[in-house]
Amino acid sequence: MADGVKPRIKAPKSAKAGEAIVLKTLISHNMESGQRKNKDGSVIPRSIINRFTCEFNGKSVIDIKMEAAISTNPYFEFEAVVPESGELLFTWYDDDGSVYTDKKAIAVS
Amino acid sequence: MKFKQMTAIAALALALPTLSLADADDDKLVINGELEMVTKTAAPAHLDGALSEVISGWHFRDDDTQKMQMDDFDNAGMLGVEAAAEMWNAVDGSEGKSCASCHGEAESMKGVRAVYPKWNEAAGEVRTLEMQINDCRTTRMGAEELKYAGDEMTNMVGLISLQSRGMPVNVAIDGPAQATWEQGKELYYTRTGQLDLSCASCHEQNYGNMIRADHLSQGQINGFPAYRLKNAKLNGVHNRFKGCVRDTRAETYKEGSPEFIALELYVASRGNGLSVEGPSIRN
Repeated sequence: MADGVKPRIKAPKSAKAGEAIVLKTLISHNMESGQRKNKDGSVIPRSIINRFTCEFNGKSVIDIKMEAAISTNPYFEFEAVVPESGELLFTWYDDDGSVYTDKKAIAVS
Repeated sequence: MKFKQMTAIAALALALPTLSLADADDDKLVINGELEMVTKTAAPAHLDGALSEVISGWHFRDDDTQKMQMDDFDNAGMLGVEAAAEMWNAVDGSEGKSCASCHGEAESMKGVRAVYPKWNEAAGEVRTLEMQINDCRTTRMGAEELKYAGDEMTNMVGLISLQSRGMPVNVAIDGPAQATWEQGKELYYTRTGQLDLSCASCHEQNYGNMIRADHLSQGQINGFPAYRLKNAKLNGVHNRFKGCVRDTRAETYKEGSPEFIALELYVASRGNGLSVEGPSIRN
Protein backbone atom coordinates (compact mmCIF):
# COMPACT_ATOMS: atom_id res chain seq x y z
CA MET A 1 0.00 0.00 0.00
CA ALA A 2 1.29 3.43 -0.98
CA ASP A 3 1.89 6.00 1.77
CA GLY A 4 -0.69 8.49 2.93
CA VAL A 5 -3.63 7.01 1.04
CA LYS A 6 -6.93 8.05 2.56
CA PRO A 7 -10.32 8.00 0.87
CA ARG A 8 -12.79 10.82 1.56
CA ILE A 9 -16.44 11.04 0.63
CA LYS A 10 -19.04 13.75 0.87
CA ALA A 11 -22.57 12.41 0.45
CA PRO A 12 -25.92 13.48 1.89
CA LYS A 13 -27.27 11.31 4.71
CA SER A 14 -30.81 11.48 3.37
CA ALA A 15 -32.53 12.16 0.07
CA LYS A 16 -35.95 12.19 -1.54
CA ALA A 17 -36.87 9.35 -3.89
CA GLY A 18 -36.11 10.30 -7.48
CA GLU A 19 -33.92 13.22 -6.45
CA ALA A 20 -30.45 13.50 -7.98
CA ILE A 21 -27.87 13.69 -5.21
CA VAL A 22 -24.34 15.01 -5.55
CA LEU A 23 -21.53 12.70 -4.51
CA LYS A 24 -18.02 14.01 -4.06
CA THR A 25 -15.02 11.75 -3.60
CA LEU A 26 -11.33 12.37 -3.15
CA ILE A 27 -8.51 9.99 -2.37
CA SER A 28 -5.12 11.26 -1.33
CA HIS A 29 -2.59 9.48 -3.50
CA ASN A 30 0.70 10.45 -5.13
CA MET A 31 -0.32 9.10 -8.55
CA GLU A 32 3.26 8.54 -9.63
CA SER A 33 3.01 8.59 -13.42
CA GLY A 34 5.91 6.30 -14.31
CA GLN A 35 7.27 9.05 -16.55
CA ARG A 36 9.55 10.68 -14.00
CA LYS A 37 13.13 9.90 -13.14
CA ASN A 38 14.87 10.11 -9.81
CA LYS A 39 18.24 11.74 -9.15
CA ASP A 40 20.16 8.70 -10.40
CA GLY A 41 18.34 8.87 -13.70
CA SER A 42 16.35 5.69 -13.21
CA VAL A 43 12.61 5.66 -13.83
CA ILE A 44 10.33 5.91 -10.81
CA PRO A 45 7.89 3.04 -11.32
CA ARG A 46 4.28 3.88 -12.04
CA SER A 47 2.00 3.74 -9.02
CA ILE A 48 -1.47 5.12 -9.55
CA ILE A 49 -5.07 4.39 -8.73
CA ASN A 50 -6.23 2.79 -11.97
CA ARG A 51 -9.91 2.25 -11.32
CA PHE A 52 -12.65 3.80 -9.22
CA THR A 53 -16.14 2.41 -8.79
CA CYS A 54 -19.28 3.31 -6.91
CA GLU A 55 -22.05 0.81 -6.25
CA PHE A 56 -25.44 1.26 -4.67
CA ASN A 57 -26.89 -1.87 -3.05
CA GLY A 58 -24.72 -3.96 -5.37
CA LYS A 59 -25.74 -2.05 -8.51
CA SER A 60 -23.07 -0.16 -10.42
CA VAL A 61 -23.41 3.64 -10.32
CA ILE A 62 -20.13 4.60 -11.93
CA ASP A 63 -17.02 2.75 -13.06
CA ILE A 64 -13.99 4.81 -14.01
CA LYS A 65 -10.71 3.73 -15.56
CA MET A 66 -7.78 6.00 -14.82
CA GLU A 67 -4.55 6.46 -16.74
CA ALA A 68 -1.14 7.86 -15.88
CA ALA A 69 -1.95 11.48 -16.75
CA ILE A 70 -4.44 11.87 -13.87
CA SER A 71 -3.09 14.34 -11.35
CA THR A 72 -2.36 13.70 -7.71
CA ASN A 73 -5.24 13.17 -5.22
CA PRO A 74 -7.92 12.23 -7.80
CA TYR A 75 -11.26 13.93 -7.18
CA PHE A 76 -14.55 12.82 -8.68
CA GLU A 77 -17.89 14.52 -8.40
CA PHE A 78 -20.99 12.93 -9.91
CA GLU A 79 -24.74 12.74 -9.48
CA ALA A 80 -26.89 9.71 -8.82
CA VAL A 81 -30.58 9.06 -8.42
CA VAL A 82 -31.09 6.79 -5.43
CA PRO A 83 -34.41 4.87 -5.56
CA GLU A 84 -34.47 3.48 -2.01
CA SER A 85 -32.59 3.53 1.27
CA GLY A 86 -29.31 1.67 1.16
CA GLU A 87 -25.59 1.85 1.09
CA LEU A 88 -23.16 3.42 -1.33
CA LEU A 89 -19.94 1.48 -1.67
CA PHE A 90 -16.91 3.30 -3.05
CA THR A 91 -13.86 1.33 -4.19
CA TRP A 92 -10.45 2.48 -5.42
CA TYR A 93 -7.99 0.02 -7.04
CA ASP A 94 -4.26 0.70 -6.73
CA ASP A 95 -1.58 -0.43 -9.21
CA ASP A 96 0.11 -2.29 -6.38
CA GLY A 97 -2.96 -4.45 -5.86
CA SER A 98 -4.27 -2.58 -2.83
CA VAL A 99 -8.00 -1.92 -2.72
CA TYR A 100 -9.40 0.93 -0.67
CA THR A 101 -13.08 1.03 0.18
CA ASP A 102 -15.47 3.30 2.00
CA LYS A 103 -19.23 3.19 2.58
CA LYS A 104 -21.95 5.73 3.08
CA ALA A 105 -25.47 4.87 4.20
CA ILE A 106 -28.28 6.94 2.75
CA ALA A 107 -31.91 7.13 3.87
CA VAL A 108 -34.47 7.76 1.15
CA SER A 109 -37.89 9.10 2.08
CA MET B 1 -32.72 34.33 -37.87
CA LYS B 2 -32.92 37.16 -40.35
CA PHE B 3 -29.79 38.99 -41.28
CA LYS B 4 -31.13 42.31 -40.02
CA GLN B 5 -31.82 40.91 -36.58
CA MET B 6 -28.35 39.48 -36.35
CA THR B 7 -26.84 42.82 -37.24
CA ALA B 8 -28.92 44.46 -34.56
CA ILE B 9 -27.69 41.99 -31.93
CA ALA B 10 -24.10 42.43 -33.02
CA ALA B 11 -24.48 46.19 -32.74
CA LEU B 12 -25.93 45.82 -29.25
CA ALA B 13 -23.04 43.62 -28.18
CA LEU B 14 -20.60 46.24 -29.39
CA ALA B 15 -22.42 48.99 -27.54
CA LEU B 16 -22.09 47.27 -24.15
CA PRO B 17 -19.34 48.70 -21.96
CA THR B 18 -16.24 46.65 -22.49
CA LEU B 19 -15.06 44.97 -19.33
CA SER B 20 -11.56 43.65 -19.60
CA LEU B 21 -11.49 39.87 -19.28
CA ALA B 22 -8.75 40.07 -16.72
CA ASP B 23 -10.45 42.49 -14.35
CA ALA B 24 -11.42 41.43 -10.85
CA ASP B 25 -14.94 40.01 -10.90
CA ASP B 26 -17.77 40.79 -8.49
CA ASP B 27 -18.35 37.26 -7.16
CA LYS B 28 -18.87 36.75 -3.45
CA LEU B 29 -16.60 34.43 -1.51
CA VAL B 30 -18.61 32.43 1.01
CA ILE B 31 -16.96 29.36 2.45
CA ASN B 32 -19.00 26.22 3.16
CA GLY B 33 -22.10 28.32 2.56
CA GLU B 34 -21.69 30.16 5.86
CA LEU B 35 -18.41 32.01 6.31
CA GLU B 36 -18.54 35.32 4.44
CA MET B 37 -15.16 36.71 3.51
CA VAL B 38 -14.04 40.26 2.89
CA THR B 39 -12.31 40.08 -0.47
CA LYS B 40 -12.57 43.76 -1.45
CA THR B 41 -12.20 46.66 0.90
CA ALA B 42 -10.92 50.19 1.18
CA ALA B 43 -7.15 50.35 1.05
CA PRO B 44 -5.30 50.95 4.32
CA ALA B 45 -4.18 54.55 4.95
CA HIS B 46 -0.54 53.93 4.08
CA LEU B 47 -1.53 53.09 0.50
CA ASP B 48 -2.97 56.55 -0.05
CA GLY B 49 -2.25 57.57 -3.62
CA ALA B 50 -1.22 54.06 -4.66
CA LEU B 51 -4.43 52.01 -4.45
CA SER B 52 -7.95 52.98 -3.49
CA GLU B 53 -9.28 49.47 -3.06
CA VAL B 54 -7.52 46.27 -2.08
CA ILE B 55 -8.73 43.10 -3.79
CA SER B 56 -8.05 39.49 -2.93
CA GLY B 57 -6.37 37.37 -5.58
CA TRP B 58 -9.45 35.15 -5.47
CA HIS B 59 -11.32 37.65 -7.68
CA PHE B 60 -8.78 37.29 -10.48
CA ARG B 61 -9.19 33.54 -10.82
CA ASP B 62 -11.52 31.47 -13.03
CA ASP B 63 -14.93 30.47 -11.70
CA ASP B 64 -13.85 26.84 -11.40
CA THR B 65 -10.78 27.74 -9.38
CA GLN B 66 -12.86 30.07 -7.22
CA LYS B 67 -15.37 27.31 -6.53
CA MET B 68 -12.69 24.98 -5.22
CA GLN B 69 -12.07 27.41 -2.39
CA MET B 70 -15.75 27.76 -1.48
CA ASP B 71 -16.12 24.27 -0.07
CA ASP B 72 -13.59 22.66 2.24
CA PHE B 73 -14.16 19.25 0.67
CA ASP B 74 -13.16 20.66 -2.72
CA ASN B 75 -10.27 22.65 -1.27
CA ALA B 76 -7.26 20.43 -1.85
CA GLY B 77 -5.21 22.60 0.51
CA MET B 78 -7.07 20.88 3.31
CA LEU B 79 -5.02 17.75 2.65
CA GLY B 80 -1.96 19.68 3.79
CA VAL B 81 -3.88 21.00 6.77
CA GLU B 82 -4.86 17.43 7.72
CA ALA B 83 -1.23 16.33 7.55
CA ALA B 84 -0.25 19.26 9.78
CA ALA B 85 -3.02 18.43 12.28
CA GLU B 86 -1.40 15.04 12.80
CA MET B 87 1.96 16.71 13.26
CA TRP B 88 0.43 19.14 15.75
CA ASN B 89 -0.18 16.20 18.09
CA ALA B 90 3.03 14.31 17.32
CA VAL B 91 5.73 14.39 19.99
CA ASP B 92 9.12 15.38 18.59
CA GLY B 93 12.51 16.39 20.01
CA SER B 94 14.37 15.98 23.28
CA GLU B 95 11.72 17.56 25.53
CA GLY B 96 9.08 14.98 24.67
CA LYS B 97 6.59 17.61 23.60
CA SER B 98 4.25 18.20 20.71
CA CYS B 99 2.68 21.51 19.67
CA ALA B 100 -0.40 20.40 21.58
CA SER B 101 1.56 19.95 24.85
CA CYS B 102 1.83 23.73 25.25
CA HIS B 103 -0.88 25.11 23.00
CA GLY B 104 -3.67 22.58 23.41
CA GLU B 105 -5.98 22.37 20.44
CA ALA B 106 -4.95 24.03 17.18
CA GLU B 107 -7.99 26.32 17.63
CA SER B 108 -5.93 28.20 20.23
CA MET B 109 -4.02 29.68 17.27
CA LYS B 110 -7.06 31.75 16.31
CA GLY B 111 -6.01 35.27 15.37
CA VAL B 112 -2.33 34.48 15.02
CA ARG B 113 -2.10 34.44 11.22
CA ALA B 114 -3.86 37.80 10.99
CA VAL B 115 -1.12 39.70 12.83
CA TYR B 116 2.01 38.00 11.46
CA PRO B 117 4.73 38.95 10.53
CA LYS B 118 5.06 40.58 13.94
CA TRP B 119 7.72 42.28 16.04
CA ASN B 120 9.15 39.96 18.68
CA GLU B 121 10.37 42.01 21.63
CA ALA B 122 12.58 39.34 23.20
CA ALA B 123 14.36 38.55 19.95
CA GLY B 124 14.45 42.16 18.77
CA GLU B 125 13.31 41.26 15.26
CA VAL B 126 10.27 40.95 13.04
CA ARG B 127 9.24 37.34 12.89
CA THR B 128 7.21 35.44 10.36
CA LEU B 129 4.97 32.56 11.39
CA GLU B 130 7.56 30.14 10.03
CA MET B 131 10.28 31.64 12.25
CA GLN B 132 8.03 31.42 15.28
CA ILE B 133 7.24 27.77 14.55
CA ASN B 134 10.94 26.96 14.30
CA ASP B 135 11.66 28.90 17.48
CA CYS B 136 9.05 26.81 19.26
CA ARG B 137 10.55 23.65 17.87
CA THR B 138 14.15 24.41 18.84
CA THR B 139 13.75 26.18 22.18
CA ARG B 140 10.64 24.52 23.60
CA MET B 141 10.54 21.08 21.98
CA GLY B 142 14.24 20.49 21.49
CA ALA B 143 13.44 19.38 17.94
CA GLU B 144 15.09 20.02 14.60
CA GLU B 145 14.09 23.11 12.66
CA LEU B 146 11.75 22.54 9.76
CA LYS B 147 12.97 23.60 6.34
CA TYR B 148 11.67 27.15 5.88
CA ALA B 149 9.69 26.49 2.71
CA GLY B 150 9.39 22.72 3.04
CA ASP B 151 6.04 20.93 2.84
CA GLU B 152 5.85 20.21 6.58
CA MET B 153 6.39 23.87 7.43
CA THR B 154 3.97 25.16 4.83
CA ASN B 155 1.30 22.67 5.91
CA MET B 156 1.74 23.77 9.52
CA VAL B 157 1.37 27.41 8.51
CA GLY B 158 -1.76 26.28 6.67
CA LEU B 159 -3.20 24.71 9.80
CA ILE B 160 -2.49 27.85 11.83
CA SER B 161 -3.86 30.14 9.12
CA LEU B 162 -7.08 28.16 8.95
CA GLN B 163 -7.84 29.05 12.58
CA SER B 164 -7.90 32.75 11.62
CA ARG B 165 -9.88 32.28 8.42
CA GLY B 166 -12.33 35.13 7.95
CA MET B 167 -10.57 37.47 10.36
CA PRO B 168 -9.18 40.70 8.88
CA VAL B 169 -5.45 40.88 8.22
CA ASN B 170 -4.07 43.41 10.68
CA VAL B 171 -0.28 43.53 10.77
CA ALA B 172 1.35 46.33 12.77
CA ILE B 173 3.61 48.59 10.72
CA ASP B 174 4.46 51.22 13.30
CA GLY B 175 6.64 51.15 16.40
CA PRO B 176 9.61 48.78 16.35
CA ALA B 177 8.40 47.04 13.16
CA GLN B 178 8.54 50.26 11.17
CA ALA B 179 12.16 49.99 10.06
CA THR B 180 11.56 46.51 8.64
CA TRP B 181 8.36 47.70 7.00
CA GLU B 182 10.25 50.58 5.34
CA GLN B 183 12.82 48.11 4.06
CA GLY B 184 10.02 45.97 2.64
CA LYS B 185 8.47 48.98 0.96
CA GLU B 186 11.80 49.89 -0.58
CA LEU B 187 12.09 46.37 -2.00
CA TYR B 188 8.52 46.48 -3.31
CA TYR B 189 9.24 49.54 -5.41
CA THR B 190 12.77 48.59 -6.51
CA ARG B 191 13.08 47.31 -10.05
CA THR B 192 15.14 44.15 -10.42
CA GLY B 193 16.29 41.73 -13.04
CA GLN B 194 16.87 41.84 -16.77
CA LEU B 195 13.22 42.73 -17.25
CA ASP B 196 13.64 45.67 -14.88
CA LEU B 197 10.38 45.08 -13.00
CA SER B 198 9.42 45.92 -9.45
CA CYS B 199 6.54 44.31 -7.59
CA ALA B 200 4.60 47.52 -8.23
CA SER B 201 5.13 47.33 -12.01
CA CYS B 202 2.78 44.38 -12.19
CA HIS B 203 0.75 44.30 -9.00
CA GLU B 204 0.08 48.00 -8.45
CA GLN B 205 0.16 49.55 -11.90
CA ASN B 206 -1.15 46.64 -13.96
CA TYR B 207 -3.41 44.45 -11.86
CA GLY B 208 -6.45 43.46 -13.89
CA ASN B 209 -4.38 43.28 -17.07
CA MET B 210 -3.10 40.15 -18.73
CA ILE B 211 0.49 39.02 -18.40
CA ARG B 212 0.67 36.66 -21.34
CA ALA B 213 -2.12 34.16 -20.60
CA ASP B 214 -2.59 34.98 -16.93
CA HIS B 215 -4.45 37.62 -14.99
CA LEU B 216 -2.37 39.95 -12.87
CA SER B 217 -3.70 40.27 -9.35
CA GLN B 218 -2.72 42.81 -6.75
CA GLY B 219 -0.30 40.28 -5.32
CA GLN B 220 -2.11 40.15 -2.00
CA ILE B 221 -0.91 37.47 0.40
CA ASN B 222 -4.01 37.14 2.60
CA GLY B 223 -4.70 33.77 0.93
CA PHE B 224 -1.38 32.15 1.82
CA PRO B 225 -0.43 29.44 2.13
CA ALA B 226 -2.05 28.81 -1.22
CA TYR B 227 -2.75 25.50 -2.87
CA ARG B 228 -1.51 26.04 -6.40
CA LEU B 229 -2.96 23.98 -9.21
CA LYS B 230 0.44 24.11 -10.95
CA ASN B 231 2.21 22.03 -8.31
CA ALA B 232 -0.69 20.48 -6.39
CA LYS B 233 0.43 21.46 -2.91
CA LEU B 234 0.40 24.31 -0.43
CA ASN B 235 2.91 27.06 -1.19
CA GLY B 236 4.30 29.61 1.22
CA VAL B 237 4.60 33.33 0.68
CA HIS B 238 8.38 33.35 0.26
CA ASN B 239 8.16 30.59 -2.31
CA ARG B 240 5.79 32.79 -4.30
CA PHE B 241 8.03 35.84 -3.90
CA LYS B 242 10.90 33.77 -5.21
CA GLY B 243 8.88 32.79 -8.28
CA CYS B 244 7.99 36.39 -8.97
CA VAL B 245 11.54 37.71 -8.57
CA ARG B 246 12.86 34.87 -10.73
CA ASP B 247 10.36 35.85 -13.41
CA THR B 248 11.93 39.33 -13.55
CA ARG B 249 15.09 37.39 -14.42
CA ALA B 250 16.88 38.46 -11.26
CA GLU B 251 18.85 36.48 -8.72
CA THR B 252 16.30 35.84 -6.01
CA TYR B 253 16.62 36.19 -2.28
CA LYS B 254 16.32 32.99 -0.30
CA GLU B 255 13.19 31.82 1.48
CA GLY B 256 13.48 33.04 5.06
CA SER B 257 16.01 35.76 4.16
CA PRO B 258 15.79 39.16 5.93
CA GLU B 259 14.79 40.74 2.59
CA PHE B 260 11.81 38.45 2.09
CA ILE B 261 10.76 38.81 5.73
CA ALA B 262 10.68 42.59 5.30
CA LEU B 263 8.85 42.23 2.01
CA GLU B 264 6.33 39.84 3.59
CA LEU B 265 5.56 42.38 6.31
CA TYR B 266 5.11 45.14 3.75
CA VAL B 267 2.98 43.10 1.34
CA ALA B 268 0.86 41.75 4.21
CA SER B 269 0.23 45.35 5.33
CA ARG B 270 -1.04 46.20 1.85
CA GLY B 271 -3.80 43.70 2.52
CA ASN B 272 -4.76 44.97 5.97
CA GLY B 273 -8.54 44.67 6.13
CA LEU B 274 -8.90 41.69 3.77
CA SER B 275 -9.97 38.38 5.31
CA VAL B 276 -7.37 35.74 6.04
CA GLU B 277 -8.15 33.11 3.38
CA GLY B 278 -5.43 30.53 3.91
CA PRO B 279 -5.41 27.86 2.72
CA SER B 280 -6.66 29.32 -0.55
CA ILE B 281 -6.76 27.93 -4.09
CA ARG B 282 -4.81 29.70 -6.81
CA ASN B 283 -3.44 28.87 -10.24
